[in-house]
Amino acid sequence: MRALVWHGTQDIRCDTVPDPQIEHERDAIIKVTACAICGSDLHLYDHFMPGMKSGDIMGHESMGEVVEVGRGINGALKKGDRIVVPFTIICGECDQCKRGFFSVCERSNRNKHLAAKAFGHTTAGLFGYTHLTGGYAGGQAEYLRVPFADKTHIKVPESLTDEQVLFLSDILPTGWQAAVQCEIEPTDTVAIWGAGPVGQMAIRSAVLLGAKQVVCIDRVPERLEMARAGGAITINFAEESVIARLNELTAGKGPEKCIDSVGMEAHATATLDSMYDRAKQAVMLESDRPHVLREMIYVCRPAGTLSIPGVYGGLIDKIPFGAVMNKGLTIRTGQTHVNRWTDDLVKRIDDGQIDPSFVITHRIGLEQGPEMYKTFRDKKDGCIKVVIRP
Amino acid sequence: MRYEGPQSRRRGHPDEATDTLARGLGWFSIGLGITELLAGKSLARGLGLTGQEDLIRAYGVREIGTGLGILASDDPTPWIWGRVAGDALDLATLASGLNNRNRQMDNLLIAIAAVAGVTAIDIICADTLSRETRKPLRPLADYQDRSGYPRGLESARGAARDFAVPKGFRTTDLLRPFAG
Ligand SMILES: NC(=O)c1ccc[n+]([C@@H]2O[C@H](COP(=O)([O-])OP(=O)(O)OC[C@H]3O[C@@H](n4cnc5c(N)ncnc54)[C@H](O)[C@@H]3O)[C@@H](O)[C@H]2O)c1
Ligand SMILES: [Zn+2]
Ligand SMILES: [Zn+2]
Repeated sequence: MRALVWHGTQDIRCDTVPDPQIEHERDAIIKVTACAICGSDLHLYDHFMPGMKSGDIMGHESMGEVVEVGRGINGALKKGDRIVVPFTIICGECDQCKRGFFSVCERSNRNKHLAAKAFGHTTAGLFGYTHLTGGYAGGQAEYLRVPFADKTHIKVPESLTDEQVLFLSDILPTGWQAAVQCEIEPTDTVAIWGAGPVGQMAIRSAVLLGAKQVVCIDRVPERLEMARAGGAITINFAEESVIARLNELTAGKGPEKCIDSVGMEAHATATLDSMYDRAKQAVMLESDRPHVLREMIYVCRPAGTLSIPGVYGGLIDKIPFGAVMNKGLTIRTGQTHVNRWTDDLVKRIDDGQIDPSFVITHRIGLEQGPEMYKTFRDKKDGCIKVVIRP
Repeated sequence: MRYEGPQSRRRGHPDEATDTLARGLGWFSIGLGITELLAGKSLARGLGLTGQEDLIRAYGVREIGTGLGILASDDPTPWIWGRVAGDALDLATLASGLNNRNRQMDNLLIAIAAVAGVTAIDIICADTLSRETRKPLRPLADYQDRSGYPRGLESARGAARDFAVPKGFRTTDLLRPFAG
């Protein structure tokens, strides 16, 4: 089959690779009908996340048709079923899965020792996302092996199109969880850094959950425009002071809830801290650039909440923890517990509260994948979200 | 900076060629700086500037700093002007060797010519960068109609207030309004 394969920094190719096989009795194989490129894939593309190997198949936002099931699936899935595949692989049985903390499933990561070494404990297996999280082949391919498939799937009604449900795999529940864990009150201002796909979903979620004011910060004009279409007030951080504007919008008190949907590749305009980060990153003394985190901590209202869906991989530096502590901030973060939210979200899509396909700007075949990674990374051609039809 | 990544254009610098030139000057600064720092002595000798070794090494540190500044900043303009100022210092220092006791006059003249050439490039680069407009870039595509709410923005506001936040994700009671 053909698949988008990682070969090194900024080197992704459309290769022919062996078809996946059933390896365990709880596996299923799907024929991928649609998959997407995610901001998380960019961290791999730019090689900011450690743990990739040449030959790894990319992709963790996929859906398709079940073409083969293992013996242990026990009727949970059958050939011909149409499923969306959550990016977190879940066993459904461990303590964490039982609590609904699926992204820290204790059993699905087959490289537990690596994750435990890096993070102290294992986290869930993820598709197409480094050997720290299991090194599972991803879904930017014609076929995908889904481990623990009896649990690792989302069934969707036939009445909804692929494009309406594809993002249940990741960015919709990610934006949703980011907003949910802010526990939004009707009096709240929610400030969201990053108007990428995750930020866009977080904006819609915060609006649906009834925030008084949603503010979005980015610098890419067309992304800010899409943010405004979703009901956000926007701040272009290349042109205005984020801190001053946020304080102005909240009578000097700062937003109650802050969401970081940027993650470790944050950019900043000629501020001292960003240069410090770039220099340290260049000589590998720091793996991530926490500019957004610093800004959030500084501007968040005391006793407020920081919700961090943006991905960090390793070490960050110069975090004003004194401000976190003295302001009594709550920090919530994590890879998304996708299946915890999807049943509810399917209903909301079906009900017409939200149609996540609004974010799609590019539709391509697998062969254009490598080129489109670059377009998406460089924010060229108005690119916000790419859907691939293998 | 509209485009992310080390090779990509910087915000407010839609002119890619000048930005590339600026980066080139950044690397040049670092290279020259390292040479001045490590080979201060032989440089001084070769130019007939003996006694100025420490000054040359200090200039090396300055060059490296400027180079890093150019490469690391989103806006290299002030750093390139910094280079222009540095060039003036360099020229003044070189000129101090223009006396008939200097037995390396040929080398010195070549160095002065080279620095003068680089100075011209620096000035052109800094001036072009300074004149670029800081106006926001226009959106590359029109997404004004992409609300994502099939029933419109107004009916979306608060439409999911029915959602009960699960226990593990709720704000701690400590942070709720305190009724007394
Ligand atoms: N927690 C999860 O489960 C989960 C799931 C999906 C994605 N993610 C992460 O969410 C983040 C965003 O993903 P995406 O697909 O939207 O990526 P993206 O790269 O398309 O979007 C990031 C946006 O942040 C903007 N940005 C950069 N620096 C900024 C700054 N200083 N202030 C404000 N905005 C800034 C960029 O211009 C860009 O528009 C990534 O880190 C991704 O890995 C996490
Ligand atoms: Zn993703
Ligand atoms: Zn589990």
